[in-house]
Amino acid sequence: MRVPVSWLVEHLGFDEVPTPDELAEAFTRIGIEVEEVSPLGPVTGPVVAGRVVEIEELTEFKKPIRYCKVEVGPEQTNQIICGATNFVEGDSVVVALPGAVLPGGFSIAERKTYGRVSQGMLCAADELGIGDDHSGILVLPTGTAQPGDDALELLGLNDSVIELAPTPDRGYAFSVRGLAREIACALDVPFGDPGVVEIPEPEGEAWPVHIEDRPGCSRFVARRVTGVDPTAPTPWWMRRRLMLAGMRSISLPVDVTNYVMLELGQPLHAFDAASLSGALTVRRALAGEKLTTLDDQVRALNVDDIVIADDSGVISLAGVMGGASTEVGDNSSDILLEAANWDPASIARTVRRHKLPSEAAKRFERTVDPALAPVALERAAKLLNHYAEGQIKPGRTDVGAPALPEPVSMPIDLPDRIAGVRYARGVTARRLGQIGCQVSVTTSEEGQTIVTAVPPTWRADLVQPADLVEEVLRLEGYDTIPSVLPPAPAGRGLTEQQRRRRTVWRTLAEDGFVEVKPFPFIDPSVFDAFGLAEGDTRRDTVGVLNPLEADKNVLATTLLPGLLETLQRNLARGAKDVALYNIAQVTLPRAQQVPVPSLGVDRRPTEAEVASMLAALPNQPLHVAGVLTGHRELAGWWGKGRIAEWSDAVEAARRVGEAYGVKLRVVASDLLPWHPGRCAELRVGDWPVGHAGELHPKVVEKLGLPKRTVAFELDLDALPLDDHRPAPMVSPYPPVLLDVALVVDASVPVQSVSEVLGASAGDLLEDIRLFDVYTGEQLGEGKKSLAYSLRFRAPDRTLTVEEATSARDAAVAAAAERLGAALRA
Amino acid sequence: MSGANDPYDPKQVAALSAENLDAAVQKAREAFAGAADLEALAAVKPGHLGDRSPVLLARREIGALPPKAKAEAGKRVNEAQSAIRTAFDERFAVLQVERDERVLREESVDVTLPWDRFPRGARHPITTLAERIGDVFVAMGYEIAEGPELETEWFNFDALNFGKDHPARSMQDTFYIAPGDSQLVLRTHTSPVQARTLLDRELPVYVVCPGRTFRTDELDATHTPVFHQVEGLAVDKGLTMGHLKGTLDAFARSMFGEDSKTRLRPSFFPFTEPSAEVDVWFPEKKGGAGWVEWGGCGMVNPNVLRACGVDPDVYSGFAFGMGLERTLQFRNGLPDMRDMVEGDVRFTQPFGTEA
Repeated sequence: MRVPVSWLVEHLGFDEVPTPDELAEAFTRIGIEVEEVSPLGPVTGPVVAGRVVEIEELTEFKKPIRYCKVEVGPEQTNQIICGATNFVEGDSVVVALPGAVLPGGFSIAERKTYGRVSQGMLCAADELGIGDDHSGILVLPTGTAQPGDDALELLGLNDSVIELAPTPDRGYAFSVRGLAREIACALDVPFGDPGVVEIPEPEGEAWPVHIEDRPGCSRFVARRVTGVDPTAPTPWWMRRRLMLAGMRSISLPVDVTNYVMLELGQPLHAFDAASLSGALTVRRALAGEKLTTLDDQVRALNVDDIVIADDSGVISLAGVMGGASTEVGDNSSDILLEAANWDPASIARTVRRHKLPSEAAKRFERTVDPALAPVALERAAKLLNHYAEGQIKPGRTDVGAPALPEPVSMPIDLPDRIAGVRYARGVTARRLGQIGCQVSVTTSEEGQTIVTAVPPTWRADLVQPADLVEEVLRLEGYDTIPSVLPPAPAGRGLTEQQRRRRTVWRTLAEDGFVEVKPFPFIDPSVFDAFGLAEGDTRRDTVGVLNPLEADKNVLATTLLPGLLETLQRNLARGAKDVALYNIAQVTLPRAQQVPVPSLGVDRRPTEAEVASMLAALPNQPLHVAGVLTGHRELAGWWGKGRIAEWSDAVEAARRVGEAYGVKLRVVASDLLPWHPGRCAELRVGDWPVGHAGELHPKVVEKLGLPKRTVAFELDLDALPLDDHRPAPMVSPYPPVLLDVALVVDASVPVQSVSEVLGASAGDLLEDIRLFDVYTGEQLGEGKKSLAYSLRFRAPDRTLTVEEATSARDAAVAAAAERLGAALRA
Repeated sequence: MSGANDPYDPKQVAALSAENLDAAVQKAREAFAGAADLEALAAVKPGHLGDRSPVLLARREIGALPPKAKAEAGKRVNEAQSAIRTAFDERFAVLQVERDERVLREESVDVTLPWDRFPRGARHPITTLAERIGDVFVAMGYEIAEGPELETEWFNFDALNFGKDHPARSMQDTFYIAPGDSQLVLRTHTSPVQARTLLDRELPVYVVCPGRTFRTDELDATHTPVFHQVEGLAVDKGLTMGHLKGTLDAFARSMFGEDSKTRLRPSFFPFTEPSAEVDVWFPEKKGGAGWVEWGGCGMVNPNVLRACGVDPDVYSGFAFGMGLERTLQFRNGLPDMRDMVEGDVRFTQPFGTEA
């Protein structure tokens, strides 16, 4: 909300008005956020009121240009070129004379333009720094000024506008009234409340009104003004304030409603009474009803929208926007003013549904003071009476019974206890009184001093002791709160899972992978590129209702799409050798989706309720995935590099397992998007936890990735938190090293051979390592030779070669028996 | 060899003369000195120290001398041989040092050759920052709490005192989960972990929760729809806003140096009352030390405590939350938040594993 300082301080009893920056500082200190402080101008040099004496239309140019004779002082007339056409001879205008400098350093000088000498400029409002209206030059109402009057004073250019963003709980602060009261509290100055106005006793109704929907409308007040001069202009002071507040001047009746809204915070609506037919009814819209709103849009109404209807049907989208059919127009002289209190939640829904934010709705959503309606109407009616000779009809309609704030009681020292401060005696009662509460102090049966505050009508946000506490603390100043570290509890540090996750995070980085954090939103068509079958579980996604990118509308079930997209981006930017990883939650719908139970917040939910709520959430395990392309080891002065291949992905996956304290087993697998012959499934025992290997050539081609791109993905949450507590016994005796080469069928996985050897060589085997794999003619078709080095050692003595050899022979015999392995000749 | 009966005048055995022995020593010294390397030295060695060297040959003549002369001649020969041996050893030592030095010299390499054989990896700076913040609070006795990114509205809004139609709900620009009535959202803040923590754990609780959060902001230099926050929550008997301030000040010092501190400005969040915005004094701020908006905080709203079964008349608590991207942005002077989300390795690599 934008407020000119001059308007703000009008209601405040300052001996000396603070600077705009001091006011801004005060607002900030008590919690009204200041977005901007903008001094008007600067305007220097001669800027005066003028009267247009004669207009010569120049027609030789592409656009209409006027050459005007303008009286700019007693006996002084200047000739001025002007491109605007919104004025007539006799109008009062604002003239920047040669020598004037307007905002933005715009210097005015006598100059030749459009073939004429122009001695100054007729100013538009925005050129003077008042608002942003550039629809024409500023035309002042007749009688506002005499030619030659200093425009700086006339226009109030020695002023500043403060733009404020009150928090949504403080509806009252969306008004000059509310903001001035805040300053009064912040700076302890007297405040004259413009919301206190004598309301005359009505004689009858202003208009018949029925509220059918009490929850939607707690109060509806109407007042009628007749004989309004439709040509009456808005007085300059009001136009100026509206412009500075960022609103356009439209017509006197509309301007008056806006002005009163800005001043008091009560939105008003003006109906053209002549266009109304019959009594007004407040109700929810009926299915299928439509309304053409003031902006000439035809809106299909929702049965949740609160509307005002007359005999002709819906005439207003209550609290949000009026209807076109009853709009106050150029000829309206019989005006029905409406001020009401609408249900904030309903208004908020209507605004969202129709995407129709308005100044009125903004205030209704944040709750409008229920005592204000008759006050605001009185103020508006008087303005119409004063400036347009309207006759205020003696009747007033006032239906409904708004709820008033309930008293709130608390121990008087609660603010002290919450702040950790000992406030001076009487502070709590004084501050609560200052914001408008009726305060009383009593002693409870236990001897505790209790303060009871009846909040003022405009403070619907004060409903519990904590709300009162905040008022005391913020007005006393948060800067008076001390900085005290609470006594430290005995924490247990990171959990085992958190520690191991951190190790995984670090291991991959130290292993040459660069961590990236792609968004979890993916385009489900990526699964087609992956070649996934129709029923593949990874296609079973959770959708986002309002995605930012329409095609990326589901949540990732695998981290690969995001990683591969990031890889593509890096490659497109010229990278060649790239290793990326990502650790993030994925979202996996449950087989049986159960609805979320509806729970209140007035008590702790039961264990069963919590359980059913958690059961309604999809599974969201933490995954880790990586992709590699290009060199794993770079070529350089040392010689050739090494291109990443399937085994790098498998190794990375196994290292993740080890970092987590789990030895992963590898079995051959065949899962898209991996290469059917180069895909490893990683298992904990017999439990699959992920895959690694080379991507399928077709997938690589479809995604435009380099050939032989490799990848892995593991479900980190599926890894068990094994009690990793090794107790190695280190023998000081010398080892016996023996090599053995075994020939097996090519189809026998190396891991099986290694496992059999390892398991059969007895306790003396300390280490087994495959050092060569050979295939060739000598071995025959379909055979491979596996060369192992075995290291034997005894814990308590020097092992003999004979002992080691017999252990090796036992292992070889087992491999022969179980896997058909033969010693290589 | 001369026989004992030969009319042999020992005074005539020239080889044993002092002159000849001196000459042999002199020759040997010259020969050794002339050897340029160990191989040349080895080649000349037999001629001066070998069996057929002049001194060794002279020694054989001693036997022919009369007993009286034997001792004297023997002494002379020994001295000559020892002198030659010393000359050899000295030269050998010199040449050995020369050889060793040469070998080392010849084996020297250009150690400034590049060492980028293994491409460097790196953790994302947000990960490192989250870990670092976690460590700061763990050191204060806090524990690290976690929660899912896809949340029920109850946890994300209701339990946190957001009324059904409170403007704050729409203010949050929520990603909603299909179908329309699912009552599921992508969490708009890490605050749902407050409610989870209070339902899960025994009191008192002191937890922080770093995590990923979501709002429907378009990606630009200062906004990203997917970002990270760290949430702090303490609920105990007798906690005050002073304790909140003290905790935030300690946090600020750990992140921005001993000269840092925080400032609270009144604000509004549904789940805290009183509420405040947190500004941090950042000594290394561009253009000079100054206040930077850092996050939000406040005393846990009694309604939140009640919804989680905590008696607000017995317990009080405070909570705070900061954006990690924002923190990283001003702490490191990063101009564009998009760099944090696009995953260009050139952005992340300089952070290494421990930024």
